[in-house]
Amino acid sequence: MSAREEVLSRVRGALGPDPEVPEIPRDYLMAGSTTGAPLIELLVDRLVDYRAAVIEPEGSVVDAIDAALPAEGRILYAPGLPEEWRPSRGEADDATLDARGLDAVAAVVTGSVVSIAQTGTIVLDGSPLCGRRVLSLVPDIHVCIVRREDVVETVPEGLTRLDPQRPLTFISGPSATSDIELNRVEGVHGPRSLIVVITP
Amino acid sequence: MMTTFIGMPGPPAARDSQLTGTEDFPDAARPALRNSRLRRNLAHATGIIRDKRAQVVDEVADWQELRTAGAQIKAHTMARLPELLEQLEASVTARGGVVHWARDGDEANAIVLELVRAAGTTEVVKVKSMATQEIGLNEALEAAGIAALETDLAELIVQLGHDRPSHILVPAIHRGRAEIREIFLREMPGLDPDLLSDEPSELAAAARAYLREAFLRAKVAVSGANFGVAETGSLTVVESEGNGRMCLTLPETLITVMGIEKVVPTWRDLEVFLQLLPRSSTGERMNPYTSMWSGVTPGDGPQQFHLILLDNGRSRVLADPQGRSALHCIRCSACLNVCPVYERVGGHAYGSVYPGPIGAILSPQLTGLTGDGVNDTLPYASSLCGACEEVCPVKIPIPAQLVRLRAEHTEAYADSHRMPSAEAASMRAAAWVMSDAKRFRRAGSSARLAKVGLRGGRPRVPVPPLLQGWVNARDLPDLPDETFREWWARTRGDQQ
Repeated sequence: MSAREEVLSRVRGALGPDPEVPEIPRDYLMAGSTTGAPLIELLVDRLVDYRAAVIEPEGSVVDAIDAALPAEGRILYAPGLPEEWRPSRGEADDATLDARGLDAVAAVVTGSVVSIAQTGTIVLDGSPLCGRRVLSLVPDIHVCIVRREDVVETVPEGLTRLDPQRPLTFISGPSATSDIELNRVEGVHGPRSLIVVITP
Repeated sequence: MMTTFIGMPGPPAARDSQLTGTEDFPDAARPALRNSRLRRNLAHATGIIRDKRAQVVDEVADWQELRTAGAQIKAHTMARLPELLEQLEASVTARGGVVHWARDGDEANAIVLELVRAAGTTEVVKVKSMATQEIGLNEALEAAGIAALETDLAELIVQLGHDRPSHILVPAIHRGRAEIREIFLREMPGLDPDLLSDEPSELAAAARAYLREAFLRAKVAVSGANFGVAETGSLTVVESEGNGRMCLTLPETLITVMGIEKVVPTWRDLEVFLQLLPRSSTGERMNPYTSMWSGVTPGDGPQQFHLILLDNGRSRVLADPQGRSALHCIRCSACLNVCPVYERVGGHAYGSVYPGPIGAILSPQLTGLTGDGVNDTLPYASSLCGACEEVCPVKIPIPAQLVRLRAEHTEAYADSHRMPSAEAASMRAAAWVMSDAKRFRRAGSSARLAKVGLRGGRPRVPVPPLLQGWVNARDLPDLPDETFREWWARTRGDQQ
């Protein structure tokens, strides 16, 4: 018997004939009730709590992005970033750089698809707007643009907006660890600076 | 055996494995209790995490509803496990992944080894994973000349310290910052002792620099999985540091070892666990990074993806409808952090890679109880205070399982020994006395004789060694002058 057949037959044997399948009660909150400015406030509060820098430009988004980027070093942005968000200094990622090449890049700018206010979580889905996963991982500064209309309150609302077939990265603040005496400190392997720009 | 298996249990996991220590729990706990530095480190760390967890759990108005949903999703999954595993296999395969099945740890290790060799490398980077620890993958790879580099900070501390993990979430919880600094200075080349303090942020930066080159050159990564969605083929890894993202994204080949119980039926089930897990484990609203992938994405991440589905004793646990709930565990470690026993003895005393309350019910069930095996002592490593069940995000009735396993141990002991234990012998004697009214009456009156031997609840004369364990720690209650039956006969002797 192959391992597959044997494991499956063991599991079937263990359950016996006609195991009872319990119903799943979903009495938890699906959607939040916060909208508009308070919803954005909640997201900002949670992001700042986890040491992300947050910028809410009233005017030009690209000016805010330019100001957030370092003066020195190479800058890349996700290839599908809309014209109006492209930093004045920088180039579109054409997927030619490998991880080692990206290690020499100072900062990246990407979009995002969903943000969950309650947990301060931003989701990237590997689409041209967000870039390939490695792009927002290896360089040390990640400037991430959140569209106001992509912000939801709860985790269930966030998941319904995502495509499970895409490679997804949920980001809640910069890289951190709690491994030393269970104290949270920021800055391990992922980008040590996460700068979130929320569109007007 | 009184075990209430309804189905046919699969074979147990190997007993000489990472699931079993070398000493009984009380013997292993003794040196830990004498280690004041260890106790200080543990009390400090578990105290912090308990407070953080309580704070973020209190924020969630529907926490109890989420727990109920989490518990029922798991129970539902177990009942449908065969079809869900087949569905997961089909989803992953359809998306370009390759699915392997492993009956036990040795088989899983052999599959990984073959895949690593096929990739033509002698080094793999690893994301922290309980499943690969359980099967001793690192040791198996090293024996075959493959270096397995742990990239989670706490795992790295354990690996560089030539130490054993002592906690599910924070394997180096037993180490304080000063010890971690010493380990780093000793093991990481090129660190300047004058420039490295024991500030956690500096230690984290040292780990970043040390591992960066390894990530960039890695050809193969090995991970576990927190969840595998049958419906979509999505594998999920929940982490903090970004080492997980590095491993899941940079290498050409990704090998994921997942216990068969980690499957969940649908995509929306993640909406429950992504709320329960981070708040219960690190006490965060959400962990910094969660990665989800389904098979292979052309041009993004590993182009070879292998998923190994591991049994290793799980089908044995599954056959017991009561014990089965131990398989619901999502490895948050909240039960360790609240356990008064864990806080005092630490994780090493449990022997198994699964320590604490969940380990005390999971390890003995995976390996089976023999009557006098090392894991037979684990269900006794508890005061049954119930704190573990209270915090468990999937409501596993740990105390009830501990009591049940104690009974199972007693039965297993009786089965494997012709001579009963002292406890079993006295219980049998008591049963003989209590099953007959005349005998019971006589026993009651003669118990009075024992009064002569007591002073203030303590024995006047040394008791036989077998009983010392009991009387050394406990006073006997003062015995009344007459038994209930005598009192009844004296005051209402005319009534029947």
